Amino acid sequence: MEEFSLMTILAVFEEMFGRGLFWTMVVVALAITAAWVYVLVRDRSLSMRKFLLAQLSMPLGGIAAVWFVLLITNSGLRDIGGPIDVIVLLGVFAAGAVGFAILVYVVQSLVRGRAADS
Amino acid sequence: MDLNNITASRRGFLGLAGAGGAALAFGAGQGQASSVRTNARILILGAGAGGAAIANRLSERLDGAEITVLDGRSEHWYQPGFTLIAAGLRGADYAVSSTERWLPRGINFIDEYAAELDPEANRVTTTGGQRIEYDYLIVSTGMVLDWDGIEGFDLSMVGPENGISAHYASPEMAELSWRALDKFTDEGGVGMFGRPATEKKCAGAPVKICFLGEDIATTKGNREKCEFVYNAQSQNLFGVPVIHHRVRQIMDERNINYRYEHVLKGIDLGAKTATYATPSGDVTDNWDFINVIPPMRAPQVIRDSGLAWADRWTDQGWIEVDTQTLRHARYPNVFGIGDINGVPKGKTAASVKFHIPVVEDHLVSEIAGREGTQLYDGYTSCPLITRVGRAMLVEFDYQDNLTPSFPGLIAPLEELWISWLMKEVALKATYNAMLRGRA
Repeated sequence: MEEFSLMTILAVFEEMFGRGLFWTMVVVALAITAAWVYVLVRDRSLSMRKFLLAQLSMPLGGIAAVWFVLLITNSGLRDIGGPIDVIVLLGVFAAGAVGFAILVYVVQSLVRGRAADS
Repeated sequence: MDLNNITASRRGFLGLAGAGGAALAFGAGQGQASSVRTNARILILGAGAGGAAIANRLSERLDGAEITVLDGRSEHWYQPGFTLIAAGLRGADYAVSSTERWLPRGINFIDEYAAELDPEANRVTTTGGQRIEYDYLIVSTGMVLDWDGIEGFDLSMVGPENGISAHYASPEMAELSWRALDKFTDEGGVGMFGRPATEKKCAGAPVKICFLGEDIATTKGNREKCEFVYNAQSQNLFGVPVIHHRVRQIMDERNINYRYEHVLKGIDLGAKTATYATPSGDVTDNWDFINVIPPMRAPQVIRDSGLAWADRWTDQGWIEVDTQTLRHARYPNVFGIGDINGVPKGKTAASVKFHIPVVEDHLVSEIAGREGTQLYDGYTSCPLITRVGRAMLVEFDYQDNLTPSFPGLIAPLEELWISWLMKEVALKATYNAMLRGRA
């Protein structure tokens, strides 16, 4: 059992967030991703206008993700101690930025519909 | 797809804690072994980290075995959390759950302690008078804290009124200890830290609470009012030489005084003094705050059972197991997991994590008529907190080798935020998964 396995990692995440919250988050993330694929297929192209707004919102998502991690962990930016810390911090920022950008794109597409871009 | 088949041979406990999804793509390895049919009677003494985890593993691996778990304590304590509680970062409830919550269905749980253990007759008598006979015995009782080993000390003294901390004692005591540390770092004075001369659980914890106290005093702006003194029991601050030097360097940088070969013998609450045994005789010092960590020993029932080493740790009573197979040297149907093992290193939850698969392998293999192959190399680890927000992820083995889970990525002797995140966020989740037999 001292190896990694997908089941082990899922078990750890279930313990970390609680089984209900963890799988809810997984379902929400998959739903947003699926909605993004849906609007791409529906519109048959990437709307540059929506994509621009999505990109502009990326820093917000990134900062929010970093803020959230620092908030829940009794730590601050002064604790960044080595290259791996910078990489992890950038990873958190990037994950938040990309996730939020997809969300913004999907929300625009679903709320405004195809016509708004035409 | 069998998800269990996606594996990679990485050190699991802390490695897992930090790996997240990155580990998923590491390739295919061995799958989980199938279950073995047996009617063996297996008795597990203790339902702490080791007992609960092996009960879950064995109930999954063995079909038809009669598994009995014996433990009189209704609360399960997440002991790696005690340091966070004693530093005011968590409340006492952070470390408390119920013992039964972690045990699998289909086993017998008896909420009594062992009163007598006879390994010749393969029999245990409980404190309630029940006699239990076994084919295999797993000793995972943990240890006892010998508070009487500190003259003049009593747990009722712990708290801010007296300036006494004893964060090893229990979650509640860890919280009281925080209130004492909080007051000390407000008002200043002399703070005494240190560790006992016996083997002890989590050798890093006495250093961590000292570092945390210093950091908290600094954050409050009261560092100038506080003197920190760390009393090492031997000629080093940590048993692994390379880690000792790093800890010494940090203590030098942060103006924490340290003394070697000073073992706390007793305290005088009225005079606010502590007496230390040293090679040149006893010395007595004043304190305004003192963190008391007592000698640690095997429970009396184990010491009386004949399972302990006859010529090593004779004042402590750890059981005589093979250092690699964790099987008892004289009673081959007896295995040890966790703190109770008489091995040179590793009375930590991380060691428990690595004891489990070895004992599981040798026990299940024997029942299946095969020879077990897994060996324990002494691996243990310690997220050595150096301040609120940073830790060093030190991992090592019997040979004092550093055994980093992420060589080249997470430097073991560097104070890092990622190592703190592992301690604060991921470790308890990994520990809980281990208890359920899933990590």
